[in-house]
Amino acid sequence: MQSPVEIVQHSGGVIGVSWLMIALPLLGAAILLLGGRRTDRWGHLLGVAMSLAAFVVAVVSFVEILGLPESERRRGIELYQFIPGVADMGLLIDPLSISFALLITGVGSLIHIYSIGYMSHDPDRRRFFAYLNLFVAAMLLLVLADNYVALFVGWEGVGLASYLLIGFWQFKPTAAAAAKKAFIVNRVGDFGLLIAIFTVWTTFGSVAFGDLSGATVSGAIGSGAASQGTITAIGLLLLLGACGKSAQLPLQSWLLDAMEGPTPVSALIHAATMVTAGVYLVVRSGAFFEAAPTAQLVVTIVGVATLLAGAIIGCAKDDIKKGLAGSTMSQIGYMMLGAGLGPVGYAFAIAHLITHGFFKANMFLGAGSVMHAMNDEVDMRRYGGLFSVMKVTAVTFIIGYLAIIGFPLLSGYFTKDGIIETAMEHNQILGWLAVVGAGITGFYMSRMIFMTFFGKKRWADDAHPHESPSVMTVPLVILSIGSIFLGAFLILDNRFMKFLAPAVGAPEELPAFHFVSTAGLATLALVAVGAAFAWFRYGAAEVPQVAPRGSFLTTFARRDLYGDALNETLFMRPGQWLARIAVFVDNRGIDGLVNGLAATIGGTSGRLRRVQTGYVRSYALSILFGAAVVVGALLYVGNM
Amino acid sequence: MPWLSILMAVPVLGAVGVSLTKSDKLAKQLALAVSLVVLALTGVMAAQFNPSSATRFQFAEVYDWIPRFGVHYGVGVDGIALVLIALSAVLVPIVILASWHDADGTGAAAPPKRSVKTYFALLLVLEAMMIGVFAATDVFLFYVFFEAMLIPMYFMIGSYGGAQRSYAAVKFLLYSLFGGLLMLVAVIALYVIADKGTFMFPELVGVIQDPNTQKWLFLGFFIAFAVKAPLWPFHTWLPDAAAQAPAGAAVLLVGVLDKVGTYGMLRFCLELFPDAAKFFTPLVIVLSVVGIVYGAIVAIGQTDIKRLIAYTSISHFGFIALGVFAMTAHGGAGATLYMVNHGFSTGALFLIAGFLIYRRGSSQIADYGGVQKVAPLLAGTFLIAGLSGLSLPGLSSFVSEFMVLMGTYERYAVPAIIATSGVILAAVYILWMYQRTMTGPTAESVKGFTDLNIRERWVVAPLIAVIIALGFFPKPVLDVINPAVDQTLSNVHVDQFTPAVADKKGAGQ
Repeated sequence: MQSPVEIVQHSGGVIGVSWLMIALPLLGAAILLLGGRRTDRWGHLLGVAMSLAAFVVAVVSFVEILGLPESERRRGIELYQFIPGVADMGLLIDPLSISFALLITGVGSLIHIYSIGYMSHDPDRRRFFAYLNLFVAAMLLLVLADNYVALFVGWEGVGLASYLLIGFWQFKPTAAAAAKKAFIVNRVGDFGLLIAIFTVWTTFGSVAFGDLSGATVSGAIGSGAASQGTITAIGLLLLLGACGKSAQLPLQSWLLDAMEGPTPVSALIHAATMVTAGVYLVVRSGAFFEAAPTAQLVVTIVGVATLLAGAIIGCAKDDIKKGLAGSTMSQIGYMMLGAGLGPVGYAFAIAHLITHGFFKANMFLGAGSVMHAMNDEVDMRRYGGLFSVMKVTAVTFIIGYLAIIGFPLLSGYFTKDGIIETAMEHNQILGWLAVVGAGITGFYMSRMIFMTFFGKKRWADDAHPHESPSVMTVPLVILSIGSIFLGAFLILDNRFMKFLAPAVGAPEELPAFHFVSTAGLATLALVAVGAAFAWFRYGAAEVPQVAPRGSFLTTFARRDLYGDALNETLFMRPGQWLARIAVFVDNRGIDGLVNGLAATIGGTSGRLRRVQTGYVRSYALSILFGAAVVVGALLYVGNM
Repeated sequence: MPWLSILMAVPVLGAVGVSLTKSDKLAKQLALAVSLVVLALTGVMAAQFNPSSATRFQFAEVYDWIPRFGVHYGVGVDGIALVLIALSAVLVPIVILASWHDADGTGAAAPPKRSVKTYFALLLVLEAMMIGVFAATDVFLFYVFFEAMLIPMYFMIGSYGGAQRSYAAVKFLLYSLFGGLLMLVAVIALYVIADKGTFMFPELVGVIQDPNTQKWLFLGFFIAFAVKAPLWPFHTWLPDAAAQAPAGAAVLLVGVLDKVGTYGMLRFCLELFPDAAKFFTPLVIVLSVVGIVYGAIVAIGQTDIKRLIAYTSISHFGFIALGVFAMTAHGGAGATLYMVNHGFSTGALFLIAGFLIYRRGSSQIADYGGVQKVAPLLAGTFLIAGLSGLSLPGLSSFVSEFMVLMGTYERYAVPAIIATSGVILAAVYILWMYQRTMTGPTAESVKGFTDLNIRERWVVAPLIAVIIALGFFPKPVLDVINPAVDQTLSNVHVDQFTPAVADKKGAGQ
């Protein structure tokens, strides 16, 4: 077993100024927000430039990292004291964080560019780019921070950006409500993360990743400074935080509503990057999870439960974006499963996270392109036969589709299969459930393809679909190229696992990739069955324009497995009643008691509120003046 | 230089000048100028403050006032008092600028015109007293300021407030007097029992030894401060007073005056009666945690913007008291920083809500909707202030709330966990209020709204700037606070927190 290497303090080079990655987009956001309407004309260009500049810094830092010997590939950068004695603003550039930085700035820049076209008719396009820049900065702080407190700043920063962008069209009540819901559900997770940080602090006296190695954690257990229970609790609390941010059960309910945001936002924040932050957190906290097998087991269970739940939800959605959102939940479930499986799982989880970032962003942007063409229609029952009118969108979308279902040799095939195989080795039940999930994925994604691009045209009368402008299609093409090749590049020869090893550790013996294995063949077979089933239902048969009532199971899936209903019954309604009762008690109870007391003492029969002026006021003033006289008398006597 | 006396004399003289001016406009301008002079002087003084000095109270002045009873005019500041004086000095000019038309009788559904000169003179008098109360190193002098502050605030609420102003002002006065009288008894008893012939605070620290005496005196002080702060269940005067007061007065009431309560706990309750403070700690922690959750839940249920903000403050005062009574370095420093940050973020919330109400003439949440569309700057700054209120990292309140919770967790894990649930509730009350007032389709009555004008922008800009600056770089303030808190805790005789790992190492050696 190879452990992560020590962090080396860094100076000079581009890594030395890697804080620019965060500072540049932050500056962009500041200029665009403070500059107001004056920056409307070129605001979007500035936004793109800042994101691209951050990408360049990330690429050069990455190259510098590659040039270092493996034992020195974790570089620490001091910025300034944030909370003196507790946490500094410091960055950690290592293979794990730089992988994320490349994904965030790379895919992020493509989405910035795409948004120029997608948002071109929006009067608030500049504000949109300001928020996108803000998001990129916060997300980079999240992954580059060298301690939990600075990570938390980025963590909530992306939550803010997500809130602002989901609610971007806040004149729509549904958008405003969805934004609020996302923030509040995330706060439930943040509650867990905060307590985890407090526990880490009181146990270890530090929140810096560099001080919290696997050896430190096992040493603390060995010396009795930390009980096994404490470490497990830290793991579970971190997981709660991860569940909020990554929309894992039981904190999944916000993600589907988050589709109220403009589609580039769904692609960037709610598919490719922010929602995967929970996976990052679990992997980054490997030292705790590896010392707490129970917490690891819970991580895998949450992952499997969510990958199935998301897939089932995906089957019943007619709204293309919600279908993709269900799919995102499900795919992050796979990553979470991988993140609970130790170093081999980490590598596959992060690799899947990166390839998913490409193919899911690809499909979300493709969906945006379709909506752009169809007057913002999102109901797939009103699509059909779009392949012929928008070929670039259709072909790139289908590449993303093949990648996600794990079509042999495409990206998803390598990365998802890696997770399934690793899970199978750990626990057969989890492994087979993951295989079933892949089969369901085959069904719902095929359903989406057939309903959107093939079959009869079921368009609204005023729909005149056309291909999107090249500012939108070029990013699609680039993302689809990644969707094809990235998986093979990362997984073959264990390239990514070796690269990550200095940051997250690695097993002595690296796993070999089997092109033919039981699990792999079973997965392929199930995916084929799912796709065939979708063909019979939605490809060969006519798709009704109005959704049929469906069975109990369909309703169950359509209503997001009753997640919202559950939350409403358990929390929202009782909460509203509690607030009402508390207000009543506060007005009548506590206040009434005091008022009554005051009235009794004051000798009046009515409540104080009725004694508008006069009596009580003069009484009070006379007390005040009485006190003044006493003090005055004291002074007088004192001076004698 | 007698810095602190100058800081008090300037606003008092300014108040006299303001009340003698011929025109209302001149009165306002003079008041603003005087408050800016005070701010500048405070800045110069703060620059000369040495946090690492062995002298605890700097810029000290002590003169005999009533020699027979050992009452002094004694002033001086440590880091804690300094940052609170700075908070007052920053807020007053902002409040004056924000209150420009509050006494004019203009604005939708404004109260009738009252004397403008008096209002601004009262603000300056109040400023002098706020500085005095934090600077006082003589317990009796502190008491005098503590009570005297009521008078200008009483008139500001009672004469310039909303429809229910009389009721609110009287309630405010009665509650405060009740607490004040208890404190007066305790102050005199302290003098008599200590038998040192002086009211000077530094000479009274550690003098009262008898545990029972400590407990009684502690209660006398504590109840006064708990009403002032206010802690649950002494809080019901605050929503009425804050909702009825003009926005500017509400800012000073909640932002500064209430801090005298939590400041008093930290300075007097802990240091003068350390054993009693430890004895009552479980009780205070329960009150604080109940207040945090209860204040937040009641805030969620409010239908009036200003009352809602007032209830959020009750929740926040719970955090401050929790940090004070956790008696850890992080808890104490966090609580002190919280007093400062809360002044800025709640100040911003009240003032921007005031601008909103000025335009519409109603403080009912239901009367608004979709303001973002017509007044994006107003909505945006309101959101930033609100986000600071819900302790979003990157904005100032986060650092202090984090330190309070972590400092509490170091010693009392369960209360800290319950208190941390406040971060969820805070998101609910702030974002729901924002959703109802600012988002959605623009309400008919809101359509004619203009965005923030130049004056209003000058009010909001410094507050937002401070909130963001302290959010990312709280070190300058913490460097001033930390030594003072350490000094306080060393007088209370509590063990420093050590992490479990270091603890084990120490035990193993």
